Amino acid sequence: MKYVDEFRDAGIGRVLSGEILAAVEPGRHYKVMEVCGGHTHSIYKYGVDDLLPANVELVHGPGCPVCVIPMGRVDDGIALAHEPGAIFTCFGDMMRVPGSRGTLLEAKAEGADVRMVYSPLDALRIAKANPDRETIFFAIGFETTAPSTALTLMRAKAEGVKNFTVMCNHVTIVPPLRALLESPDLRLDGFIGPGHVSTVVGARPFAFIPAQYEKPCVIAGFEPLDILQAIHMILVQLAEGRCEVENQYTRVVPYEGNRKALEVMAEVFELRPHFEWRGLGFISQSGLKLSARYAELDAELRFSVPGVRVADPKACQCGEVLKGVIKPWECKVFGTACTPERPIGTCMVSSEGACAAYYNYGRFAREREVV
Amino acid sequence: MPPEVSDREQRILGIIETARAKRAKFRDERITMAHGAGGKATQTLIEGLLVPALGSGTLEELGDAGTVTIDGLGLALTTDSFVVRPIRFPGGSIGDLAVNGTVNDLAVAGARPMALTLSLVLEEGLGADVLRAEVEAIARAAGEAGVEIVAGDTKVVERGHADDMYICTTGLGRLDDRATLSPAGLRPGDRILLSGPVGDHGMAIMLARGEFELDAPIVSDTRSLWPLVDALLDVAGPSVRCLRDATRGGVASVLNELARASGVAMLVREGEVPVAAAVAGAAEILGIDPMYVANEGKLVAFVAPEHADAALAAMRAAPGGEQAAEIGEVRTEPPGMVLVETAFGGRRVMDQLVGDPLPRIC
Repeated sequence: MKYVDEFRDAGIGRVLSGEILAAVEPGRHYKVMEVCGGHTHSIYKYGVDDLLPANVELVHGPGCPVCVIPMGRVDDGIALAHEPGAIFTCFGDMMRVPGSRGTLLEAKAEGADVRMVYSPLDALRIAKANPDRETIFFAIGFETTAPSTALTLMRAKAEGVKNFTVMCNHVTIVPPLRALLESPDLRLDGFIGPGHVSTVVGARPFAFIPAQYEKPCVIAGFEPLDILQAIHMILVQLAEGRCEVENQYTRVVPYEGNRKALEVMAEVFELRPHFEWRGLGFISQSGLKLSARYAELDAELRFSVPGVRVADPKACQCGEVLKGVIKPWECKVFGTACTPERPIGTCMVSSEGACAAYYNYGRFAREREVV
Repeated sequence: MPPEVSDREQRILGIIETARAKRAKFRDERITMAHGAGGKATQTLIEGLLVPALGSGTLEELGDAGTVTIDGLGLALTTDSFVVRPIRFPGGSIGDLAVNGTVNDLAVAGARPMALTLSLVLEEGLGADVLRAEVEAIARAAGEAGVEIVAGDTKVVERGHADDMYICTTGLGRLDDRATLSPAGLRPGDRILLSGPVGDHGMAIMLARGEFELDAPIVSDTRSLWPLVDALLDVAGPSVRCLRDATRGGVASVLNELARASGVAMLVREGEVPVAAAVAGAAEILGIDPMYVANEGKLVAFVAPEHADAALAAMRAAPGGEQAAEIGEVRTEPPGMVLVETAFGGRRVMDQLVGDPLPRIC
C-alpha cells in the first residue's frame, strides 16, 4: 500500500531502534505514556515495544473513546434502543460495552433495532430512508470524531430532518490529561501526544504539559515508525534537558489545528459542567452536549432516559488501567473473569483499549534487554 | 523492568492459559450475531452445548467432515448451510458457495467429493429468474467439482422469513488412501503452507453489501479445493499432516483451532502471507485484519519439513494454488498459541476472533 507501507519499513525501524538505544541513559528507567488508544493498538499490533530496550516502558493512557464511557451512559443508550420503533445506531465497538444489564448487542438480540455505522452521516442517511421511525445516533469520541457529529447535526438541521437525534457522549482530551498529571500515584517522563485529536485541536492545547508539569510531549502518528520516532524525540529532549511540545506528525497535524472543524464544534456543542468518565469519576468541563440551537436534535431531551449513575463493578480496575497506574495484567480480573468475549470493563472491549490490546496481541512472555 | 515483576506477569499469563485451555461453557442467554461469526462465541456454542449433548467420538474431533467406515469403506460426511447476503456478489453467488463450501469440507478431510444433497429454503416472492440463475450456478459448480446432486428438498417460507433464499447441502466423499490427516499428527517443525491470498471472499461480500461506499476490484475466491488436495497428496502423501479450509474467521481462526486442538504453538511470518493489494487497502480502511476475513477457496496445509518444498511446488502448479506460500511453522512453545512475527520486526499473539470483525473508530 503506497503511503502506508513506507511507515512500516522494518529496516528503518531497526535504524530508529539503534538511535533510541543511543539516546537512553544506561541504568535509567523511562516511563512514557501514549495518550491515545490508537497508539496502544499500533504498539501491540506491530510489536513496536520489541524494538525498545526494556528500560523504556510504555504506559497506556486514557485516550480510548469506548473505554471512557461509564456504565450509566450505556444503560441510557440501551433504554433509547428499546424506544418503540426506534433505530439505534452506533460505532461497532460500542455494541459490546457492558452496561449494568447487558450490552447493545444483547439488546439487539432481544429485538431492539441496533445498527452499526461507520460514520454519523450513515446514521442520518438511515433516518432519511426511514422517515416514519426515530433514528438515534450514539455519539462517542474525542475531538477527532466530534466534528463529524457536528457536521451531521448541521446537515440534519439544515435539511429539516425531524426523526434524527444524537445522544452526545463526546469528550475532550485536555481535562483528563490534566487530571492524570495532578494524580500523585503516577510518575511519567513524557507523553506521546494524540495524533488524530491534534489534527483538530492542533499542538497548542498541550503546551501546559511542559509549561506546568515539565514533561516533554511529542505529537505522533499511528504507524510504527511514527511511534518509534516520537519515542526517540522524547528521549532526546530528556537527554538534552529540554521539555516542550514537538510535532512528529507534521504530515497531518498543523500547529493551529483545523479551524473549520473547531468552528463547527463551537457552533453545535457546548461544554457540560461535568461529565463522568469510566474509572476516572467526574471531570469538570470535560464532556460536550448539544448547544441550545441544536436542542431539538438532542436524544436526551426528546426521549426520557434513566440517567442513573451506575458505579463501576467492584472488581474492575479500568480506572487504574486508564490512568496507567497498573498494567492490564495487574488487574485482579484480567484474563480470567474479564476477557474480550466476556468483558467486565471497557478497556477489554475496544481494540484500542489497553486490556484488549494486551490480551489479544501481547499475551506471552517477552524478553527484552535492559540497557 | 525488575525481574520479580516479569515473573509475576509470567505467572498470571500461565493462569490465563490454563483457564483458556478448559472447555468453554455455553452460558449466554440468547444467540447473538457473534455466535455465527466463527470466533470464540461460535466455539463456545459448539463445545459448550452441541458436542456435550450430541458428542460421539467422531464429532468430538471437530473436523470439517466426520468419517464413517462401512464394511471397510472409508467415507467422509459433512453438511453446511448458506445464508449469504447479498446472494450474488462479484466472483460468485450463493449457489457456487453451496456446492464449493461442502465439497471443500470433504476435500480437506482427505476425501474425494462424490455426491451432494441439496435443500432449498425459498422466500415467498423470490423471482423465478433469480432462482433459475442459482440452480444453474449449482449445476455448473457441481459439474466443475465432479460431484453429483443425488437428492434434494424444497421449502417455501412467508415473505420476510428468509433473505431471498437459504441453501443447505450435505456432502459425501470417499476417503483417499493417500491421506492420513489428523490434528494430532502435527509435529514441531512442520511447515504451514497457505494456498493463496487471504480475505478475498469476505471482503468481496462486505463491499457488495454497499454499506461502506468503497469500490474495489475484489472478487470472491469460491472454488473447489479438491484439485489442490489431490496434488498435495500426490507429492507428499503421509507427510501432509493436516488440512483446513480457511472459511469463517479466516486463516487466523483455523490456526488457533488447530494449535489448541493439538497442543502445539504456531509461528506465522506476517510478511510471507499473500494478500491482494485491494484487499489489504480495504481492510486497512475498515480496520480489519485480513487474516480474520473469510475465504471460500483457500486451504492451510501442515506438511512435514522434508516434503514442504515439493508440496509448495505442487500447490503452485495446481489450479487455484498459483500464489501459494509457506507462511510459518509449528513450534512447541507456547502450547495452544499462535504467534506472529510482524513484518515490522516485532512479535505478537494472533488470537481467536471475538465477535464480528468490528472496525476501529479512530
